[in-house]
Amino acid sequence: MKVGIIRFPGSNCDRDVFHVLELVGAKPEYVWWNTRDLSDYEAIIIPGGFSYGDYLRAGAIAAITPIIDGIKDCVSEGKPVLGICNGAQILAEVGLVPGVFTENENAKFICEWTDLKVESVKTPFTRLYKKNEIIKMPIAHAEGRYYTENIQELRDNDQIVLSFESENPNGSMEAITGVCDEEGLVCAVMPHPERASESILGSDDGRKFFEGIMKFR
Amino acid sequence: MKYDAEVRISLKKGMLNPEAATIQRALALLEYQVVNTSTVDLIRFQIQGDSESAVKEEVDEMCQRLLCNPVIHDYTIKISAQEE
Repeated sequence: MKVGIIRFPGSNCDRDVFHVLELVGAKPEYVWWNTRDLSDYEAIIIPGGFSYGDYLRAGAIAAITPIIDGIKDCVSEGKPVLGICNGAQILAEVGLVPGVFTENENAKFICEWTDLKVESVKTPFTRLYKKNEIIKMPIAHAEGRYYTENIQELRDNDQIVLSFESENPNGSMEAITGVCDEEGLVCAVMPHPERASESILGSDDGRKFFEGIMKFR
Repeated sequence: MKYDAEVRISLKKGMLNPEAATIQRALALLEYQVVNTSTVDLIRFQIQGDSESAVKEEVDEMCQRLLCNPVIHDYTIKISAQEE
């Protein structure tokens, strides 16, 4: 299964995602931001980082690059799309998921392990978890505070994917740190599943995000 | 005709502003007691156009497509003709 990993100037953890995709048996390939045609790929992952230096707003400039049209085509063809950290901010800026990830409440960059609740298991990335399962994955961001004007809609449509369990480090609305589109195909999460996919790194709780893509269709 | 354009971007009323809160706390460290601190982003550029209203319309489109995030931002646009 070919999975495209999108690279912008300033992307990071792209190689971590590549490594984990290989571990679960996928065939990852890097794709540069100016690629328009993504028809070769069966799933897309936008990794973390600081695309375009986070200028203007985190993800704002990546959100207007040509590859976004290719990603929209993938979505309309029913292919899963995952945005991690900066990838999540980009998907929110594009409007493929509702709301926004903005400056942390304490105005600090937070890098720590967090306990998370898997709220929705309707996405390809969370389908192998149990609903309300508690998992451990790290966060590393300065702009991760989730905000939406339509919280009730998110609840009604089962679009809340992940929330912080014991504490809410960045001040997110209802401790939300992962959301998806209505169908559940496009998933945006601030925590890093690729950094928690091998027990030697402290947790392999994130690995199912990648295993879930395999044989999805 | 050449115009000066100025876009002021602020957070919507009631939105948390961690940058402003940090500035206010820092001012308090210097023993300046201030309240209601806020911050705005200011973007300035020059642009060619047929009329002030046409330019304003174009800049408004820029705000909606890139410069602002409608979920959290309000913005104002100021257009003024450059003196030749």
